[in-house]
Order: sequence, then C-alpha cells, then structure tokens
Amino acid sequence: MRYSALGLIKEALTGHKGWRPQWRDVAPQSHYDYVIIGGGGHGLATAYYLAKVFGAARIAVLEKGWIGGGNVGRNTTIIRSNYLLDGNEPFYEFSLKLWENLEQDLNYNAMVSQRGILNLVHTDAQRDAARRRGNAMILNGSDAELLDTDGVRAMYPFLNFYDARFPIKGGLLHRRGGTVRHDAVAWGYARGADMRGVDIIQNCEVTGLRIEGGKVQGVETSRGYIGAGKVGVSVAGNSSRVMALAGMRLPIESHVLQAFVSEGLKPFIPGVITYGAGHFYCSQSDKGGLVFGGDIDMYNSYAQRGNLPVVEDVVESGMSLIPALGRARLLRSWGGIMDMSMDGSPFIDRTDIEGLYFNGGWCYGGFKATPAAGYCFAHLLKTDRPHETATAYRLDRFMSGHMIDEKGQGAQPNLH
Amino acid sequence: MIINHPLLGPRDAQEFTYLGDAGLMNRPYWLSETALQQFHDYLYLRENPAGEHRELWFHEQGDRSWLVVTRNTVTHEILKVELARDVALAQKAANLVQEPSQ
Ligand SMILES: Cc1cc2nc3c(=O)[nH]c(=O)nc-3n(C[C@H](O)[C@H](O)[C@H](O)COP(=O)(O)OP(=O)(O)OC[C@H]3O[C@@H](n4cnc5c(N)ncnc54)[C@H](O)[C@@H]3O)c2cc1C
Repeated sequence: MRYSALGLIKEALTGHKGWRPQWRDVAPQSHYDYVIIGGGGHGLATAYYLAKVFGAARIAVLEKGWIGGGNVGRNTTIIRSNYLLDGNEPFYEFSLKLWENLEQDLNYNAMVSQRGILNLVHTDAQRDAARRRGNAMILNGSDAELLDTDGVRAMYPFLNFYDARFPIKGGLLHRRGGTVRHDAVAWGYARGADMRGVDIIQNCEVTGLRIEGGKVQGVETSRGYIGAGKVGVSVAGNSSRVMALAGMRLPIESHVLQAFVSEGLKPFIPGVITYGAGHFYCSQSDKGGLVFGGDIDMYNSYAQRGNLPVVEDVVESGMSLIPALGRARLLRSWGGIMDMSMDGSPFIDRTDIEGLYFNGGWCYGGFKATPAAGYCFAHLLKTDRPHETATAYRLDRFMSGHMIDEKGQGAQPNLH
Repeated sequence: MIINHPLLGPRDAQEFTYLGDAGLMNRPYWLSETALQQFHDYLYLRENPAGEHRELWFHEQGDRSWLVVTRNTVTHEILKVELARDVALAQKAANLVQEPSQ
C-alpha cells in the first residue's frame, strides 16, 4: 500500500473504501532461505535490511501473535545514544543515525522527534559520572551537554528543585535523543519488508526447531513445518523459551516492566526527563498524555502485567520530581516482558548450532536499538560475521570475562 | 503478592527482596576438574521457565530468613513456601544417602 496526498483526497471523497492492508496476508511456503522468529521491531527490521541492504531473498518473519503486539507496541518510545562503554556506545550511535534517516528510508511517518533527553543529577558524584559519560558519548560521535541548576530551570521550571534530600544540581542533556511513534516503526518496517518480498506470517508460533547433525533444518510451527537455510531468533522476553527448543540455556531472566499514560494535557513537558534519585522517567506524547515508567517488578515473570507496589513506587517518584503530576489522572497502565541479561547488555551472535542465530537480551532498552539491531543481525545472518558496531555482543562474553556492565551491578539481572 | 512464610504466616511480598533461581543454593565444588565451566553456568545461565519456578526470596523487612518460593511465573500464583535452610538440609541428607563416600 502506498500513500499520497492525491490518494488521500480521492479516498476522502469516496468514503474511505479503497484503503488496503499495508502488508500481504500470506500462507507459509515449505522452505525459506532465512526464517526470522518474532515479528517485533527487531525481527521486522532484520528482514527489511536483509532484503534491502544485503540483497537476500526468500525471507519469512514468523510471529505467534500479531505485528505490534509485543514490546515494540508496549514501550515508552524513547530513543537515545547516551551510553558509557565502548562495547555499547558506537552501536547506539549507529542506531540513532539510522533513526535520523528512518522516515526517508522507509518513506513512512514514524514521528521521529528529537526532542532531547535530560538525565537529572542530584549529587556531586552523579555530576562526575554524568560528565564522564558525556565525554564518552562525544568521543563516539554523539552529543552531550552538562547543565547546571539554572540550565535545567530554564527548560523545566516546574521541577521540584529544592527537595531537601534530592535537590536538582543539574543534568546531562542529550539533544539528539527523543521519542518515536512505536507502532509506526513496526508497521513501517513490516510494509517496507513486504514490498521487498518478505513473507510476514502472523498467528504462527514456533514450537520446535529441527536440528540434524548440528545444523538447523527448519522450524515446527502452529501452521506446520517450515524448512529454513538459516534461522534468526528475535523474540525478546521469550528468548529463553525459544532457545530452549535448541537445548540452550541463556544468560537471561524474563521480568515484567510497567508503563503508564495520563489523560491528555496541554503541552507541558517538551522533552524527556529522567529522575536521578528514583526510578522515574517521563515524556509527553503528541496527543498530550504524560507517558512515564520506572522500575521493573523485580521477580521473574512472563505475565504481561505487573503488581501494584511498583505502580505506587513509580507514582511516588514522579510526584517527588514533578509535584504537578498529582493533578493529572492516570488513564492506562500495562506491562511487557523484558529479556534481562546478566550484564544488562544484549546479544547478537551465532550459536554452536550451524544456521541458528540469536538476537536478544535487550532488557528495557531495545526499542532505541531497533534499526541497528535489525541491521547488525541481518549483517550477521548474511555474512556470518558481526557488524563492526556489534562485535562485543557475544554469548560467550561471561566465560571470556568481557562483560558490558554499564552500571557495574554484576550478574543480578533485576538490578540492570 | 502474598508470601505465606512458614514461621510468620502470610506476609506482603514487599517485605522481601528477590534474588533469583533457587539453583543458586547449589554452588559447584570449587576443586572440580570442570570448576570453570560449572561456575560460569552457575553464575550466568538460567532456566528462566514460563510456569513453575523455584526461587530465593529474602525476608529483609522481617525475620531475615531466606525462603525457597515455588511460584508460577505466568500467573504469579505462589504454590509452595519453604525455609531455604530446610531445603538445604534435606538436600544434604539426600546426598549423604546417595554418596556415602563424600
Ligand atoms: C513498558 C516498557 C517500556 C519500554 N521502554 C523503552 C524505551 O523507552 N526505550 C527503549 O529503547 N526500549 C524500551 N523498552 C524495551 C523495548 O520495547 C524492547 O527491548 C524491544 O521492543 C524488544 O524488541 P522487539 O521489538 O523485537 O520485541 P517484541 O515486540 O516483543 O517482539 C518479539 C516478538 O516475538 C514473538 N514471539 C515470541 N515467541 C514466539 C514464538 N515461539 N514463535 C513466534 N513468535 C514468537 C512475540 O509475540 C513478539 O511479537 C520498553 C519495554 C517495555 C515493556
């Protein structure tokens, strides 16, 4: 389906009866060169770049539910390139550059909005850490500015600057960060992949992997067996379950993360704010709702809903940073299942099984990674070599001692 | 969630902190030939099941005991709560019966 101003006028005059689905509804074929399991943002982007950049053909994306029903449609839409460590920052900078050109590339309005992200600091130690991270970002081609209290006040005068325990001492501003309409990312990649011949097959759950002689042959699905040359697994919170089908145990735990949206308000918060003294971050959607979130629920979970104590904690943190938040009514809250890794960083890697590849462990930060994760996973699937920005995302890094632990928390996934 | 503490009765899960898979109670033998691989797997790899999961909770705001809680990760239903100490002692007794030489 293509769109134009002329088409819109025509449809408006003829009762909007001519709109067609954005991608084909196809039945699975018996064999593909590339089978991608998981039709989230990452799986769709992988298929798109495989077809577009790497010239691959005969590609299928298998999705057990519907496109956009997973984390790609549940996240709080923040994109950024503000990491500290060498294994991460070049990758996220590559991703942000892909975001900056995404709408032209897909010819699709994904509402990419570089409205800036401000990480607040409340202590001298936090300011030092912010300065160090800012310098690492700049060294890797990203942007960062350290603001003092007055700089923050000029942007957000309504914050609680004089909290006795956590006064606001400044912040690290990343102007190129921002938000993107998450559903449109899924739809845009799905449409783009479909136009290049990728079969997107919904309601098709992978229930088994057929492996013979150490090589993957294909996948068992709820819609029958599908042969495959190479299989790429990109199933976010379900990573452990799908890789268990190949007998693998992963350095991953699944946890639930909640998000919240308020009633629509007049423009109030122009960018994204993260609190440094509690787990809370907030932005305002173009419809006016305040979109915010906080901590994960802390215990292993596959339920796409969280519990009330975290709701209370997030709202309390929000109130202590933005007292005016108390006047807004909460409209909705929901949860998604995070693939929390042992060092808080992801994997884009081969496995010991020939033809089986894995992309996962994205924790609560995989939305911003969508374009680069798709690009790098496609690169790996096609060439068998990691993309230059994703060489650190190996499954064996805990054995070799090359963890990428941004916060230095150790092997405790719920603290990353 | 309410955790039915074996000694204290039903307590709000908020009183506890969560560690993870109860397999963390079984540290590998440090002088084993394959200790490196075993410690890697012990520290970093997880079963991470959707369904029944045995996990360690610490009653930090209470009697500071460790519990082994069997909980369904899909429904959050708690099926069984034991003192970790009892579980460890039972395991030790079972191992002694199986391998009297150790
Ligand atoms: C509340 C919340 C807030 C978040 N906020 C942010 C944020 O602000 N910024 C950010 O960068 N990230 C954020 N994230 C994280 C981000 O959403 C995820 O890391 C990212 O979306 C994961 O990649 P995906 O889009 O491919 O996942 P998904 O959309 O979950 O895709 C995985 C797909 O695999 C499918 N699948 C699973 N098992 C099978 C099977 N056996 N067979 C076939 N298909 C299967 C699932 O149905 C699903 O559609 C947030 C997440 C949540 C839940």
